[in-house]
Amino acid sequence: MTTADSSGAERSGDAPLLRCEGVSKSFGAVHALYKVDFEVRSGEVMALVGDNGAGKSTLIKGIVGIYPFDEGTTTFAGKRVKIHGPKDAAALGIEVVYQDLALADNLDVVGNMFLGREIVKLGVLDEVAMEHRAQQTLEGLKVTTLRSVRQTVAGLSGGQRQAVAVAKAVMWGDSKMIILDEPTAALGVAQTRQVLDLVGRLAHQGYAVVLISHNLHDIFEIADRITVLRLGQQVGVMNRRECTQQDVVHAITAGDMQFVPGMDEDTVAS
Amino acid sequence: MSGDVESTPTPPAPPAASRRTSGFAAPTTGVGDYLRQRWSAIKAGELGALPIIFGLIVIVLIFGTLEDQFLTARNFTNLLLQMAPVAALAMGIVFILLIADGEVVSIDLSVAFVAAVGGVVMTLLQRPGDPGWPWWLCIIGALVITTAIGLLHALIITKLGVPSFILTLAGFLVWSGVVLWLTTRFSTAGTIRIQDDRLVDIANNFLSEGIGWVIGVAVVVGYAFVQVRTMQARQARNLDAKPLPIVVAQVVGVAAIVLWAVWVANSDRGVPQITITLGVFLLVWTFVTTRTAFGRHIYAVGGSPEATRRAGINVDNIRIAVFAINGFMAGVGGVILASRLRSVATNTGGGNLLLNVIAAAVIGGTSLFGGSGRVVSALYGALVITAIQNGMDLLGLNSGIKFIITGVVLLLAVLVDSISKRRRAARGLT
Repeated sequence: MTTADSSGAERSGDAPLLRCEGVSKSFGAVHALYKVDFEVRSGEVMALVGDNGAGKSTLIKGIVGIYPFDEGTTTFAGKRVKIHGPKDAAALGIEVVYQDLALADNLDVVGNMFLGREIVKLGVLDEVAMEHRAQQTLEGLKVTTLRSVRQTVAGLSGGQRQAVAVAKAVMWGDSKMIILDEPTAALGVAQTRQVLDLVGRLAHQGYAVVLISHNLHDIFEIADRITVLRLGQQVGVMNRRECTQQDVVHAITAGDMQFVPGMDEDTVAS
Repeated sequence: MSGDVESTPTPPAPPAASRRTSGFAAPTTGVGDYLRQRWSAIKAGELGALPIIFGLIVIVLIFGTLEDQFLTARNFTNLLLQMAPVAALAMGIVFILLIADGEVVSIDLSVAFVAAVGGVVMTLLQRPGDPGWPWWLCIIGALVITTAIGLLHALIITKLGVPSFILTLAGFLVWSGVVLWLTTRFSTAGTIRIQDDRLVDIANNFLSEGIGWVIGVAVVVGYAFVQVRTMQARQARNLDAKPLPIVVAQVVGVAAIVLWAVWVANSDRGVPQITITLGVFLLVWTFVTTRTAFGRHIYAVGGSPEATRRAGINVDNIRIAVFAINGFMAGVGGVILASRLRSVATNTGGGNLLLNVIAAAVIGGTSLFGGSGRVVSALYGALVITAIQNGMDLLGLNSGIKFIITGVVLLLAVLVDSISKRRRAARGLT
């Protein structure tokens, strides 16, 4: 259980950027997460998969401190950390791009990317500097489909909005890890392609990328490793090159669990 | 700097070339491109000031043909005076409407009576010997009270979760009661006169011809300066900029309107002092909404409170500040209202003032659905709604007819808002 992936992935020598060990979270009697191990390295795309209710969202919310874990340890960049809220996570360099995007439709791309962190000179918004930096960031991510960064977000396609949300997350010099929650859920084929390419570029640029998705096809295209959750437990970490979609589906639906739901914790061999 | 927007020679080829490949449109250079962009934005529901321009033309045509007095210099200056209280209050309402989030309408139904409270407070404070405060302290007193009322509203709305519609409906009754109580308590006739000339001057004084011209020219020069500076700063960074001919056309247009207005006003009694006061508030609040982080956050709250919250912004604080600003502007409007009538009475703030104020904000182009609108729309809307009232008064229409027409105009404005919102939404989905 220590190093989930001992089978020699490309970067097995690297220490993980983020590592959660034995984290649990209960809501009343429900074990949303039970002794889950999870890790992600810089420069890799770690997919997080599982059926509805498997605990994907709970794990992410625990990592960024929205619902802090009940037990277990979190290590970030080699140091034990306690994350109590999104601000702590942001301070460490963990950014989340949520499924529902968290963009304000009426603001333009620049306004959204700098929302809450505007560049201000003598109390006045420095629009020119912000626009310049927004363009640079989008160009760095090779986002080529935006006509202008002064468009309002309302007028963007789903893929473009996703790109803006990602660019917003990576624009901050100190961000190291990007968590994407179902980034392709509502997108068409071409849009999905764009977003997947973008995700690949993020990893290539050295970010640790966590990709939550239901779509195994997408995952097998860009993920380096896959962590499978089932009923709140981690049932496997697979190297994408060494497994098939069937293996993953099997793990999602019938993966071995160390703990049987409904049984008292004491009776479970740990 | 000259006319060569087309060929910006200074930055050498590489950056320009890399920009092209990056996929962003090259900086707009041609007038044609710019106009085409504007046209597609209009088709997509971003109408800007177009409905207002259209409305004003209709008003001028209708009332101008029906009533000789309508298009006179005397009536023009009257209009500037009449629109002042409505415009001041509508500026505050613009802020309130901006933070409406989608389904939940954010509104202040008490604004007219809060303004009246401000006017009454000012009038009571200036009564000679009782307590006979200096004029400026009376104004500050009124503004402090109305800002505090705005804050009180905001705290109940944000901390106790009362919808603004209900809270300010309660406020409507409460503050009208306060006005009634104060005016009858301090005067048996229910009317308190303003005896301080400085306070009467606020809304009844005119600038001398020379000062009117100086201010008019200063406005034009200032506008041109800001436009050119913006264009240059953007071009320096190779960002999209308005083409020079468009900037020139806009400056010429503004110059023509401003100088024409000064000329017409000067051929009567001069530019009303209150118009300049409103202009200052317009500048200040436009600056706050468009050039500060706080202003950006106001729009963000109106666009998506959830996104704003996730960006680490305290949404409640923005709402509270907005209601305080609205309270402050209510005070300004109250001072103007009292000054204009040279008194306050039991019915101050009553009648259709509230309707006119909200109509002004919406007619001016501020969306009831939040997140869209400009402070200047308060002035546009106040001008339209006051011109309609003024024209109908000149025609001597029956009050009932006047209400009906005003109501229909308001409905039209809301329809324009709804339809353009739907168009924006439709575009957002494709």
